[in-house]
Amino acid sequence: MSVAIKNGHFIEPTSGISKKRDILIEGDRIAKIGKNLSGDETIDATGCVVCPGLVDIHVHFREPGQESKETIATGSRAAARGGFTSVVTMGNTSPTIDNAGMVEFVNRRARETACIKIRPAACATKGMQGEEITEMAELKAVGAVAVTDDGKDIQSSWVMRRVLEYADMCGLVYLAHCEDHSLMQGGAMNEGYNATRLGIPGMPGAMEEIMIERNARLAELAGARIHIQHITTAGGIEILRNAKARGVRITGEATPHHWTLTDDAIATYDSNAKMNPPLREAEDVAALKEAIGDGTIDCIATDHAPHTQSEKEVEFASAPFGILGLETSLALVITGLVEPGVITLERAIELMTSAPANILELDAGTLTEGGLADVTIFDPKAEWTVDTEQFASKSRNTPFNGATLRGRVMATLCNGTVVYQHDGPKAATIG
Amino acid sequence: MANRARAEAVDPHSEGGAPPVPDSEKGGWSRWHMLGIEDLSRSEIETVLDTAPQFSAVQRRESGIKKVPLLQGRLVVNLFLEPSTRTRVSFELAAKRLSADTLTFTPSSSSVVKGESLHDTLATIEAMHSDIIVIRSTFAGAPNILANRHPSHIINAGDGYHEHPTQALLDAFTMRRHIRKMRQDPEASLDGVRVAIIGDIAYSRVARSNIWCLTKLGAKVVLCGPRTLMPAEIKKMGVEATSNLKEALDGADVVYALRIQLERQGSCLLPSLREYIQLFRVDNDSLKVAPDHALVMHPGPINRDVELAAEVADGPRSVIMEQVSNGVAVRMAIMHLLANHV
Repeated sequence: MSVAIKNGHFIEPTSGISKKRDILIEGDRIAKIGKNLSGDETIDATGCVVCPGLVDIHVHFREPGQESKETIATGSRAAARGGFTSVVTMGNTSPTIDNAGMVEFVNRRARETACIKIRPAACATKGMQGEEITEMAELKAVGAVAVTDDGKDIQSSWVMRRVLEYADMCGLVYLAHCEDHSLMQGGAMNEGYNATRLGIPGMPGAMEEIMIERNARLAELAGARIHIQHITTAGGIEILRNAKARGVRITGEATPHHWTLTDDAIATYDSNAKMNPPLREAEDVAALKEAIGDGTIDCIATDHAPHTQSEKEVEFASAPFGILGLETSLALVITGLVEPGVITLERAIELMTSAPANILELDAGTLTEGGLADVTIFDPKAEWTVDTEQFASKSRNTPFNGATLRGRVMATLCNGTVVYQHDGPKAATIG
Repeated sequence: MANRARAEAVDPHSEGGAPPVPDSEKGGWSRWHMLGIEDLSRSEIETVLDTAPQFSAVQRRESGIKKVPLLQGRLVVNLFLEPSTRTRVSFELAAKRLSADTLTFTPSSSSVVKGESLHDTLATIEAMHSDIIVIRSTFAGAPNILANRHPSHIINAGDGYHEHPTQALLDAFTMRRHIRKMRQDPEASLDGVRVAIIGDIAYSRVARSNIWCLTKLGAKVVLCGPRTLMPAEIKKMGVEATSNLKEALDGADVVYALRIQLERQGSCLLPSLREYIQLFRVDNDSLKVAPDHALVMHPGPINRDVELAAEVADGPRSVIMEQVSNGVAVRMAIMHLLANHV
């Protein structure tokens, strides 16, 4: 049974194609990319962009242990709604993904309940205690695509060094959440004028920057690969640039909320604007956009971090850190980066497909004849208002509820199957 | 010199008498101490290896008197500041078979426990007018301190992570014997022989001494172990290094397994012994890529089924027991060269 996606603007970053093309899908694979194709069924992609399924290498799906916030099933639906067909899940669940049995658990739950591809990252230290390294060779053998203690940083430099050496020996990249925890001391937002005014303990940019520098130096010493997650400050970007210039095998990601909002968003003590690392200041936002524009930032990721309403609707300082990201990411990229001309639409798609996939050598982020049919169809001009009641995620914690954005996913296909389809005026129709 | 005169005064015809000292040997050794392999030349190493066989013969005497009077009346002090059974016993036996008087200081029985400093322990030994001091220490460079202020011949029996020269020499002696037997060439050398050393390289003095010894003898050395246990810039010692066991064992003429210290797991260098075994154990499975003639060696003591499978340690390729008996012969040779040739 074949499906033809017709009349769309085809953007494929790896091959550099950006032109009108039809796609023919047979079974779970792309049979042909060309002109005037037809199949048993048709998806009319007029006015839409057709690109490889989006890839997010930083999400939290909370299963096992915190299924009230999200599950692998609901997380995958949220991903599909956001145009994502491959995501990398973090290991700070309960229990943590620190042994082969847990990796296999995630894989099994994904097989049973997920509508898109779930690739588990495993913990770098046992129980994420930052003391003993995990059996990384075995973790990789059962399907872990990266190691990370994300949620925390490994505080001991001795341990971090050994983690990086061992991970590199096993062919794994370390995904680094950079945080000097000894500077935390009850911090809940960026340390700056707003924190002083609001009376909330602050988390200085240095807290992040100290560890980006340390981790980059240790990666250099170990000759290992490292990926810096959610960079938020101008200082952190500078460290990333310098490390790259020295030849360190380092990459960095940016999350949409960090280039869209500043800590002004916390004025009403809305904990939907609370995450770690926190929203920063205007000059950091400017530096981040510039770094995305000049290629210093290697990819975009969401750090999708669901929490229940009862957990979030408390005093700002008491609320857990984290906000959603999957269902608003593409729109924030288009509205915040493409429309103002920071990057082209082609580069935006690259930052959300082949670039993240290449960092972890994932079989994802491309659309080629003979390859698996993971396809995203979106209308870059469609304007819509974010309504959390429509979210596929189990949670609602986003600061963007009610925001008007441009860029809407019309359909997402994974292995040739439609896993999300938008019902609306410009719906991708299956006729 | 008095020492040489003593050796030549022994009647070569008496039972268990001194074997004749070949002329080539007299020219081949002039060092006062045996501190490490790094400074030795190829010909000095070969002098030791060429001197050892006669002492193997002494050990195997059917007549029963496994002794020669080469060090008769001399005092050999064993200063073992780090626990050891096998090396200590080997040195004691070597000294006794050369007819020397021996004294052994070990940590539990010495004043070191009472807080006496190394300095004073050495002064006490000095007052006994020893001829040879065999020292093992947890600290690199301890033999050098001794050598700088002591008139005795100093033999390094292992100093921290630095060197264990007598181990490397007995290992090379063992390898060379087998290569000669295999090739049926009594003059064969270790040139071009591929030796794979597997395990904790970073904390191994045995590895370091073996690397120096084997590279000087022309062998090709490949190191294999976890990245977390591979020392910095190790390739500058003229070796290959890999974390891939198959790659290391492929074509290896000698497979040398090092003891993995169980306490390493605790200090974040290894996730578990289980994973170490999975990736680095020398067993019948991993040895499939090695040639049939490959020798299996280990300095001892073995953690059975950890770094080395029990059936391999006890199997036909293993020459581990020979290493032990060769150890006595090589240590006899070294003591003889130091005491009687310089």
